[in-house]
Amino acid sequence: MGLLGKDSKLISDPLADNNPITIQVLGICSALAITAELKASIVMSISVIFVMGAGNVVISLIRNIIPSKIRIIVQLTVVAALVIIVDQVLKAYSYSLSKELGAFIGLIITNCIIMGRFEAFALANGVWRSFLDGIGNAIGYGVILIIVGFFRELLGSGTLLGYAVLGDPIEKTGLYSIGYENNGFMLLAPMALIVVGLIIWVQRSRNISLIED
Amino acid sequence: MEKRTDKNLYTLLFATGMVIVVGSLLAFLASSLKPRINENKRIEKQQNILYAMGVHENEGNSVAFVEDSKVAGEFSKYIKTQLVITDGLNIIEDNDAYLIDIKKEQTKAKAGESRKLPLFVGEKDGKTFYVAPIRGKGLWDAVWAYIAMDENMIVQGAYFDHQAETAGLGANIKQRFFMDDFIGEHLLDENGVFKGITVSKSNADPTNKIKDDNEVDAIAGATITGDGVSAMIKKDLKLYQPYFDNLKTN
Repeated sequence: MGLLGKDSKLISDPLADNNPITIQVLGICSALAITAELKASIVMSISVIFVMGAGNVVISLIRNIIPSKIRIIVQLTVVAALVIIVDQVLKAYSYSLSKELGAFIGLIITNCIIMGRFEAFALANGVWRSFLDGIGNAIGYGVILIIVGFFRELLGSGTLLGYAVLGDPIEKTGLYSIGYENNGFMLLAPMALIVVGLIIWVQRSRNISLIED
Repeated sequence: MEKRTDKNLYTLLFATGMVIVVGSLLAFLASSLKPRINENKRIEKQQNILYAMGVHENEGNSVAFVEDSKVAGEFSKYIKTQLVITDGLNIIEDNDAYLIDIKKEQTKAKAGESRKLPLFVGEKDGKTFYVAPIRGKGLWDAVWAYIAMDENMIVQGAYFDHQAETAGLGANIKQRFFMDDFIGEHLLDENGVFKGITVSKSNADPTNKIKDDNEVDAIAGATITGDGVSAMIKKDLKLYQPYFDNLKTN
């Protein structure tokens, strides 16, 4: 990691002990909303990596000229503009992909991780470090999203990325032939919260220093 | 001392400048990309219509349209006539009928004006398909569909789409397992009265073997989207019934 040096912590920390979802408890809303299937989780993760990286760079570039009174509005404008640019360019040059992403692109604006990192990091740090922080946090967010999406789709629908990995629930093949049933509750938002809770539990029991009093 | 960036005048100027820069950037982007986006939407409409009447490149469980480059040729090959129906039985031919904006027409109808109903008559393997576009509301935003029927209003194919339904739940209306259930379903009851197709949570027919019950199996966790689909079929397809009645008597 010669290029990154000590900055490599900016990428690695959010993946583990400073994860935006499980430790900072940011981005819960989208973690609930779109993790009913794995594919949506992956797509959302990639989109957020892009917007976070680019947004942190823009905010860091203009951090010395942003009036502090309206900095939140400025941050919001930057995210919204980036999201619209992504949306429009995809619609023009990759229409089928933009159909797949659909509502997610708009949802990125509401993702509190983005505003959180602008406010907490990009406003006070240089461009390169902000870029790494953005990417790191977006990956940390994406990892949790993908874990939740994996379990919700597998246990809720019996599929992964749309492929029936457990057999056919109606024809009763594969695992279903021995009486296994999909848990429809996994498809609903509350189960996302419970899965996130389980991840938080596992993480904190492995690293006791994360537990607050 | 107060920082330069904390002054009111600076804040005001910054905000004004930001609005101008971001506004013109987005306006420029939107207007330069618009022709391409509109072209993509036009192609998509043709692909959807062809999909409903079974002209597609599906493999396994995938949903695959005719390729963008081939769609114009396929559309003119399979779609024999495009009709616009107004006021029940006033029918004219219009080769751009597929461009009619259903949303606008529905607003017109609400305002008491007459609504244009596009209908695409296609032929494939010696069979005639009547494809109608319909539109309604899902949980979050619009849902719409292209339904291909035969002359007895029995569904021959369907393509559903949505603006912003929940991924994994309502968004599944555009999955094969849901759309394919509609094939063979009757829109009329045994007496020829229009009944529509209800997305039902209690039809006790998950494999959809019974085709004349006017019901298909619902998607778990997507009640409101399903209800929206039922409502849109009942409301919009009913408007086409006079055309089909007329078809039989002639």
